[in-house]
Amino acid sequence: MSLLELSGIGHAFFGRTVLEGISLAVAPGEIVALVGPSGSGKSTIAHIAAGLEEPRDGQVARRYARHAMVFQDPRLMPWATAAGNIGFPLRLARRPRRDRGASVLAAAARAGLEAEDLGKYPVELSGGMRQRVAIARALVVEPDFVYFDEPFTALDVALKRRMQDLVIEAARGARFAALFITHDLMEAIRISHRILVLDPYGRGIAGERWLPGQPGERDDAETFERRQQFLERDALFAHIDDIDERVRP
Amino acid sequence: MLWVGLDRLARLGRFLWSGWAGLAGLALLAALWQAGHEAYGAFILPAPLETLAAAARLLTDGSARAMLATTVERAVTGFALCALAGTVAGVAAGYSPATLRIARPILTVILGVPPIAWIVLAMIWFGTGDGTVAITILISATPIVFVGAVEGVVTRDRGLDAMAKAFGAGPVRRFTHVAVRQIAAHLFPALLLALGTAFKVAVMAELLANAGGVGGALARARAMLDVAEALAWVSLAVAALILVEYGLIRPARAELERWRDAAAPWGVKR
Ligand SMILES: Nc1ncnc2c1ncn2[C@@H]1O[C@H](COP(=O)(O)OP(=O)(O)OP(=O)(O)O)[C@@H](O)[C@H]1O
Ligand SMILES: [Mg+2]
Repeated sequence: MSLLELSGIGHAFFGRTVLEGISLAVAPGEIVALVGPSGSGKSTIAHIAAGLEEPRDGQVARRYARHAMVFQDPRLMPWATAAGNIGFPLRLARRPRRDRGASVLAAAARAGLEAEDLGKYPVELSGGMRQRVAIARALVVEPDFVYFDEPFTALDVALKRRMQDLVIEAARGARFAALFITHDLMEAIRISHRILVLDPYGRGIAGERWLPGQPGERDDAETFERRQQFLERDALFAHIDDIDERVRP
Repeated sequence: MLWVGLDRLARLGRFLWSGWAGLAGLALLAALWQAGHEAYGAFILPAPLETLAAAARLLTDGSARAMLATTVERAVTGFALCALAGTVAGVAAGYSPATLRIARPILTVILGVPPIAWIVLAMIWFGTGDGTVAITILISATPIVFVGAVEGVVTRDRGLDAMAKAFGAGPVRRFTHVAVRQIAAHLFPALLLALGTAFKVAVMAELLANAGGVGGALARARAMLDVAEALAWVSLAVAALILVEYGLIRPARAELERWRDAAAPWGVKR
């Protein structure tokens, strides 16, 4: 039984169709990467799946207990400290105040935040630190499903790896399943069980590729090799860098 | 807890220290006033010190305190009413675009009518007394608060709304946990403006309706051509306004807007 199932999702913004016939499913403990060019509707799919947006047509079945989301931008409340932001989902879950401190500290540590940063307001944090606060906020409620919308783009290479390992480790322990949106094919290959490629115009899922072995067992050479193979020999991935190609002078 | 207390103390200290700058501004005003006094003589413009002495005399002889209290009470009551009505109506309209579209032109009309016209109308409808003053304040100051509240609702960060929704907040908690703070940021400047308007309109309505209070005293001073006393009453009313503003509204705002302090670079802390 899949934890999340989208069937025949279509969506339009102000009469302009951005998604059509999107069907996908995520099994328990599975990390599914979703890739596609910029503007193809990846974030919109995540928002529909998480119930933030009502789809124009199609059905969403959610069979998990509790989800969390890391948005493309940090979306922190500027008036609350880092600790206040991380603890926000606990407040919403009506967890008693005295229990929150320990959970916040643990989540912050998992996201690589120092205890001294927790008293700072978002304006006092660097861009990467803000994103880590957003990641800690998603982890604090111990969700069994997480939506990641290009979560690690603002992080440096070392931290990015660490965060990817966090996702891999969670997947291995079957702590949560995830829909992981990314631009970075290396990242997708490193952390996921399966890659879905979205049609450049949002007209359905163009195709999927199963990755052999478990996330975390693939070494860097193998990952790089596979990326080259996808980009050079696999027609499915021909368009995923389309926008980047155009931007290049 | 201790940390929060210390932080509050530090902010109070900074606030008191910034009082010197305010004092310097007032001293500059007093110097200009003094220059005017020396140029035109005591009958047209009494010296600032003389005015202060007159104000002190008024305060010590007892009856002035009662009159001042009347005006302050009227202004603060009117302000409280308009703050409540304006906030509730503004928030409701902010969340309902249709209401807002209907309310906008009405607002323009109400704001376009000068307060003095409302005073005349209110005098005809309610006679002279507390009712006239309260109604005039309500009509002139509510639109200011309303606009502030609407602005707060419509300019709120919808990304934060979506975030709260993703973490399971329903509409009510999205309002109480996320929107309220953003609305307050727009509401407070509007409230300060409304408070000032409430005091001005209270004195004006009292003067025209001859309803006692500071306005009534001003009317008497004008009849006697006593400029010193008139100025003394004016400074007393202004002092009362400053007292209410800095004793009530600014501390509440500082408490809510602590994070803005963190954003300000060193030396620019207000
Ligand atoms: N709130 C909105 N109102 C109107 N149009 C929108 C809105 N959100 C997204 N769109 C449009 O929908 C399309 C898909 O947007 P979406 O954000 O899902 O793309 P994406 O695949 O996540 O892109 P990126 O990789 O750049 O984040 C875009 O053409 C965008 O202009
Ligand atoms: Mg996106």
